[in-house]
Amino acid sequence: MSILDSKIPEGPLAEKWTNHKNNINLVNPANKRNIDVIVVGTGLAGGSAAATLAELGYNVKTFCYQDSPRRAHSIAAQGGINASKNYQGDGDSDYRLFYDTVKGGDYRSREGNVYRLAEVSANIIDQCVAQGVPFAREYGGLLDNRSFGGVLVSRTFYAKGQTGQQLLLGAYAAMNRQINRGKIEAFNRHEMLDLVLIDGKARGIIARDLVTGELERHSAHAVVIASGGYGNVFFLSTNAMGSNVTASWKIHKKGAYFANPCYTQIHPTCIPVSGDHQSKLTLMSESLRNDGRIWVPKKKEDAEAIRQGKLKPTELSEDERDYYLERRYPSFGNLVPRDVASRAAKERCDAGFGVNKTGEAVFLDFASAIKRYGKEQAVMHGNHNPSEEEVTKLGKEVVANKYGNLFEMYEKIVDANPYETPMMIYPAVHYTMGGIWVDYNLQSTIPGCYVTGEANFSDHGANRLGASALMQGLADGYFILPYTIGDYLADDIRTGKIATDQPEFEEAEKNVRERLEKLINNKGSKSVDDIHKRLGKIMWNKCGMSRNAKGLKEAITEIRELREQFWNEVKVPGSMDEMNPELEKAGRVADFLELGELFAKDALHREESCGGHFREEYQTDEGEAMRDDENFMYVAAWEYNGEPSEAVLHKEQLEYDYIEVKTRSYK
Amino acid sequence: MKLTLKIWRQKNADTKGSLQTYPIDGIDGDMSFLEMLDVLNEELIEKGEEPVVFDHDCREGICGSCSLQIDGRPHGPERHTTTCQLHMRHFNDGDTVIVEPFRATAFPVIKDLMVDRSSFDRIQQAGGYVSVNTSGNTIDANATPVEKDNADEAFNSATCIGCGACVAACVNASAMLFTSAKVSQFALLPQGEVEATRRVLNMVEQMDKEGFGACSNTGACFIECPKDISLENIARINREYLKASAEG
Repeated sequence: MSILDSKIPEGPLAEKWTNHKNNINLVNPANKRNIDVIVVGTGLAGGSAAATLAELGYNVKTFCYQDSPRRAHSIAAQGGINASKNYQGDGDSDYRLFYDTVKGGDYRSREGNVYRLAEVSANIIDQCVAQGVPFAREYGGLLDNRSFGGVLVSRTFYAKGQTGQQLLLGAYAAMNRQINRGKIEAFNRHEMLDLVLIDGKARGIIARDLVTGELERHSAHAVVIASGGYGNVFFLSTNAMGSNVTASWKIHKKGAYFANPCYTQIHPTCIPVSGDHQSKLTLMSESLRNDGRIWVPKKKEDAEAIRQGKLKPTELSEDERDYYLERRYPSFGNLVPRDVASRAAKERCDAGFGVNKTGEAVFLDFASAIKRYGKEQAVMHGNHNPSEEEVTKLGKEVVANKYGNLFEMYEKIVDANPYETPMMIYPAVHYTMGGIWVDYNLQSTIPGCYVTGEANFSDHGANRLGASALMQGLADGYFILPYTIGDYLADDIRTGKIATDQPEFEEAEKNVRERLEKLINNKGSKSVDDIHKRLGKIMWNKCGMSRNAKGLKEAITEIRELREQFWNEVKVPGSMDEMNPELEKAGRVADFLELGELFAKDALHREESCGGHFREEYQTDEGEAMRDDENFMYVAAWEYNGEPSEAVLHKEQLEYDYIEVKTRSYK
Repeated sequence: MKLTLKIWRQKNADTKGSLQTYPIDGIDGDMSFLEMLDVLNEELIEKGEEPVVFDHDCREGICGSCSLQIDGRPHGPERHTTTCQLHMRHFNDGDTVIVEPFRATAFPVIKDLMVDRSSFDRIQQAGGYVSVNTSGNTIDANATPVEKDNADEAFNSATCIGCGACVAACVNASAMLFTSAKVSQFALLPQGEVEATRRVLNMVEQMDKEGFGACSNTGACFIECPKDISLENIARINREYLKASAEG
């Protein structure tokens, strides 16, 4: 077994990044003009990296499958972005953000990377404000904060429930400035279908123009993959319909190790599934847990009556309700981390206390928040003896101001008014902590192939805290990659333009073409969605919120069989040389069918529970996750070897010098 | 419920399109409009026909990918709702529903219901940004307080999702609501002031170049906007433009 070199710089934790920046190679501005960089994906991680690299002087080409970089799925992030600004004076610091993130990730992330993330976080806010990102402000004109799960300070900056949108539009604007200057060439409605290696280095990609269907060769001195996570392996998730693992999977097959694929975040507050027609799930931001209280009825009969529509939740008195998070975790209450909140909801629903038709939902209730805010407002308006109606009216205004767009979205989808009756929520697949293995420089095991944002594995361990994805995406793209990539590119100043008529490009294009032809000429009878839905069911039932050895072994066999069936029986209408969304989907599902097996294999090998990976065999008497630090305190990085089942495990041991490794407790 | 769908089918930008009729059954009120189209597409694939092509991605009303002119209205009959968030409970059993792409010279059809909105990108590229490097070497975020009302107003303008419903709703296919929302966001913030003159002139020039029509203040854009972008933005861009023209 090889030892992976994380290249964490020497020196004290707080000085590593500064020292590293002082010691790496730089590329002279005149030489940057002769260097090309490809960025695949234009969300927060890709968009920000593209903009910064272009500002530095590199020639950048961006690729996204959407019709505009602005539509990447970062746009849908709701709640906020963390930064250790300590504007609230509540004791926040870089160290505390680092500590919370490592603990939240259940001690399965890298100290050096996480500390750097915390260190640059404050600067992200400065940067975004300078770009004109309209964050929420207080009446004094200064920035407002709120709290997110798993922490005891208020460090989350936000723009109502549309923080991701505003940050992405900021990165997109920075890109637009460079497009206007001719430093970025944007290839929208393009999909990367393979990585081209020359002498073992990443030197370009094969991309398909989704409008014309044409295959194109693009060369560069380095390739950055920022294509997001793989939650759609579950079919139903909060990801966009087009979110996929293809770019990551293609580089994995060309030599990039895939780390911790089983670490998936199941987000506790999503709108429950309504029927078989469901195409995706919708998140209700974690920020709602600042004010919403989660409960189910104490008595099974009451839950049963609610399910049958004979009883309304508002008819139950306080002592007939079980605020189970407040009961089980008094110090963090409704703001426990996502993995803990999700498992607790599943536990109650499995025990028969679920509150919707399918029994798979719990309540998220704003009645007490409305009352509390209403009273506060009344006093502020000089009314010290307000009536109940006045309190409710004022309280609703405050809640609307904070979460208005989320409440509207809920009402549109569910057709129920959350100001009047509690929301119903249930956990859903949301984010993947696993991803391509990268070193401290964000370089994968392929020289010249870098991976940023959700697509890499590096910062969140086995569970990500809320409002940290936006932070990581922008940290990687604005502040980290543009430095570290220079160290590699410094060797390329004399290379000159990479020609695309080399045999390696020809070979890669030929392989891509053959695979597309195989899909289109397969005269099967099953639609792509039909097979994708079946894959999703296997994943959700056997690799979902809780897993066990028996189920995982079954999943491996079932996924393998389904993959075979896919290649024999899938039906893709239309042709290759035109806009053909079914063909796009087919290629992505083919990759999910391979990733899914590796996912299950990884989950089976990790004989412990940590963060989002909960193995039923490894839990305490109280049902809490039980880690095995002696045997599993490592990153599992898988090397492709022909078939997912043949993947070779490489371990990167994790070391904690600045933080005491403890059992994670939120009680 | 049972519906009769009349859907615009067009092979590509170079061929002529027409409305085709598709009866559909078993539609549930909890389905979104796009999930209803998913059901239709599964049926078409089953029958060996080509599925209907339409843009969509996040399906939660924020990415701005989905479009569709439904019974003559961008994003259908519900106000402040994108097509992906429009649910079938707003239709009745037996309804005939006409589904067309957004129509505008500056939005050519790519295939079926999918149009090319890259003209919006080019308007933004002409000046929809603050020219600040992303090095992080800037002043502390709280060094410049911004009046809450202005910050909130800037945010409201910035919530435009760039879907193009305003253009599709307008008799002149004008992009004034879209362009004015972006200009307003920066006009309302101190960070945007320095480049205000250049920004409005360049963005308006690009908008005209793309073939969008003039604004005649009918207000249809605002009525059909899924994100409730206010007409005040148009008043603001006119003021900004006049001021910039006088200065420039």
